[in-house]
Amino acid sequence: MAQQPDYSDRPWLDPNATPFIRVQAITKKFGPFTAVDNVDLDIYRGELFCLLGGSGCGKTTLLRILAGFETPTIGTISIDGADMTSVPPYERPVNMMFQSYALFPHMTVERNVAYGLERDGIAKAEIAAQVNDMLSMVELTPFAKRKPHQLSGGQRQRVALARALVKRPKVLLLDEPLGALDKRLREQTQYELMNIQDRLGITFVVVTHDQEEAMTLSTRIAVMDVGRFVQIGTPTEIYEFPETRFVADFIGSTNMFEGRITENGADHVRVRAEEYEADFYIDHGMSIKEGTKVWVAVRPEKVEISKTAPPFGPNQLKGVVRDVGYLGNFSTYRVQLSNTRIVAVTHPNQRRPARGEHEVDWDDEVHLSWAASSAVVLTK
Amino acid sequence: MNGRAVELVASLREGDWRTAADQLLQRLQNAWKTLVVGVPYFWLLIFFLAPFFIVLKISVAESIIASPPFSPLVDLTEEGIINLKLVLDNYAYLWEDQLYIDSYLNSLKISTISTLLCLLIGYPIAYAIVRSSPTAKNILLLMIILPFWTSFLLRVYAWMGLLADQGTINSFLIWLGIIDEPIRMLYAEFAVYVGIVYTYVPFMILPLYANMEKLDITLHEAAADLGARPFTTFRTVTVPMTMPGIVAGSLLVFIPATGEFVIPDLLGGGNVLMIGRVLYNEFNANHDWPVAAAVAIVLLLVLVIPMMIYQHIQSGETEG
Repeated sequence: MAQQPDYSDRPWLDPNATPFIRVQAITKKFGPFTAVDNVDLDIYRGELFCLLGGSGCGKTTLLRILAGFETPTIGTISIDGADMTSVPPYERPVNMMFQSYALFPHMTVERNVAYGLERDGIAKAEIAAQVNDMLSMVELTPFAKRKPHQLSGGQRQRVALARALVKRPKVLLLDEPLGALDKRLREQTQYELMNIQDRLGITFVVVTHDQEEAMTLSTRIAVMDVGRFVQIGTPTEIYEFPETRFVADFIGSTNMFEGRITENGADHVRVRAEEYEADFYIDHGMSIKEGTKVWVAVRPEKVEISKTAPPFGPNQLKGVVRDVGYLGNFSTYRVQLSNTRIVAVTHPNQRRPARGEHEVDWDDEVHLSWAASSAVVLTK
Repeated sequence: MNGRAVELVASLREGDWRTAADQLLQRLQNAWKTLVVGVPYFWLLIFFLAPFFIVLKISVAESIIASPPFSPLVDLTEEGIINLKLVLDNYAYLWEDQLYIDSYLNSLKISTISTLLCLLIGYPIAYAIVRSSPTAKNILLLMIILPFWTSFLLRVYAWMGLLADQGTINSFLIWLGIIDEPIRMLYAEFAVYVGIVYTYVPFMILPLYANMEKLDITLHEAAADLGARPFTTFRTVTVPMTMPGIVAGSLLVFIPATGEFVIPDLLGGGNVLMIGRVLYNEFNANHDWPVAAAVAIVLLLVLVIPMMIYQHIQSGETEG
C-alpha cells in the first residue's frame, strides 16, 4: 500500500482519470445468438489491454465493434471523448492488425504500408519518408519492393504491424497478433511489441486466446466468457487472485479442492474438504457464512513436494507420484491422492540431481503442503 | 567383364537393387505423366492445328471453277517437276477493298462495346452471387446457366419477336401510349448489341464468379480500416484483385463476339456489317474459298496478336 499514490502506471486506479476508450452497455446479437452481452469497459491512454478468452467468447466481436466492422445492437463506444458508435471504420482514429495480416497481395511491402497514408491525401514525399521510417523501425527496409508472398510469416507480421502503425492511430487493435508465429519468434515479437507500444505511446487493445501472451504483454487483462467479462485486472491480480473458478482454471493451471467453510475469522478462513480428509487454512478473511460450499485453489508451483512429512498442520495432503515430467528448468509431478484425485505440482530444479537421480521420482510416497498465503478461496 | 559391369554387380551386391527398382518406378511414373498430358495435346494438334493449316493452304490458293473451287498448292507438271504455287493476291485483295477493312473495324467496335457492356452488367451480378448465401448462390448460378438448356437459335428468334416493329416491346409501348410509331430496334446495331450482350454475358459472369469466390473479405476490411471509402476500396483492392477474372471473361466474350455470324445475320439483317457475315457470303454466295480463307486467317491474326501482346506484358509484370 503506497502512502502517496502514483497512478502514472496504473491510471485505472486513479479516481480522477478519464478513460480513453469507453465501452458502455454494449450488446451484439447475431440473430438469436448473443456474442457480446451488455459489457462495460474503460481503457486508459497508453494501456496495453488484453481481451482474453476461449473461442466464441465474444472477444473478437468486441474488437470488431471497436474497429467499426460491426455495429453494436445496443450500447455506445467512445474514443478520446468522441462518440464512435456509428462512425464507419474508415473515419475512426483506429487501426487494426488482422489475425491473417490481410496484406494486399497485389502490392509491394512499401505500397502496403503507404496505403493508409495515401488515403489521407498526404504529399508523396511525406508518405515516402514516413514509410521509410516505419520500415526501418520494423527492420524491413531491404524488403520494401517485395510482394507479401515473397516474405516469411514473421516478416509479414511486421509488415502488418507497420501498416497499422504508420497512420499513428489513437488506438491499435491487434487480433491474435502472435498466433501464426512459431514459439521463438513469438517471444521475440512479444518484447518488440511492448517496446514499440512504449515508444509510440499508442493505446493497444489485443485479442488473444493465449494466456501466456496476455500475461507478458498487458497492463490489464479482461477475461471473457460467453459474451461477458469474468474478471478485469492486472496480470498479477488475475493470476494470484482469480475471482472465479473459470478464471483460475483458464489462466495457468490450478488444483481445486471443494470444501465447506468451518471457521470464518477476520483475517483467515478455515475450510474442511471432506473428500480429501483435509483441513485448509487460508490467511485472507472473507465475509462468508460458515458451512458455505467453496473451492480452495492452489497453483501447482506453490505446492511443496517432499518425501519427509512436514510438521503437523493444515494445508497438507499425502499421495503417490504417478507421473514426472522433467522439463530441465523445472519438473512437473502428478501426485495421486488416496481418493484417486490428481494434484499437479511444479518444482524448480535448483540443484543438479546427484548421480542423475531425482530427489522425487515415480511411485514415491510424498507429502504435499503449501503456505497459508498461497491458496485462494473461490465461491463461484 | 569390363570395369563398368563389375561396378554394377558390386553395387547390386551392396543392396542397391532397391534404388534400381525405385528408378524404374520413377521412369514408369514419368512415362505415365507424359501420356496423360500428351493425349489431350495430341487431340488439340489434330483437330485444331490441322484444320488451321488446311484453311491457311486454301488462303494462298487461286480461285478456280472446279470442285473444290481452289487451285492445288503443289502439283506435278508433265516434266515431273514439283510445282509449289503460293498466291498472296487474296490478302492483297482484302486490303484493297474497303468492304473488308470496314467489316473488321465494325466487328471490333461492336465486340469491344459488347464486351464492356457485358463487364458492366456481369461484374455486379458475379459480385452479388459471391456475396449471397450458399443456397441462394446455387440457385443464382443455375439461373445463369439455365438459358444454355434451350437452343441458341431459338433464343435469337425470340429476341426477333421481342424487338420487331410489330413485336412485343413496340406493341406494348404503343398500347401504353408512350409512343405512336414503333421504334426501329430490329435490323439495326441496337439489336445486334442486345443479342451479343444477352448471349455472352454468362461467359463474363462465370470466370468473374470463379475469381471473386477466392477474394478474401478481410482485405476489404483492411482497406476500410486504413481509411479507404467503399469506392476507393473497390478501385484499389477489388478491381486489381479480380483482374484475372476480368481479363478471362472479357476474352471469352470478345473473341467469339468478333467473329459472330448468327446474331448480326438474324438481328442485324443487311444493315450491320460484321466480318462473320462477310466470310459467310464469300464462302457460300461468292464461292470464293481462297478469299474466305484469307478473311478467316486475318481474323485470327487480329484476335491473336493483341492477346500475345497482353500475355507478354503480364509475364513481364509477374517477373518484375
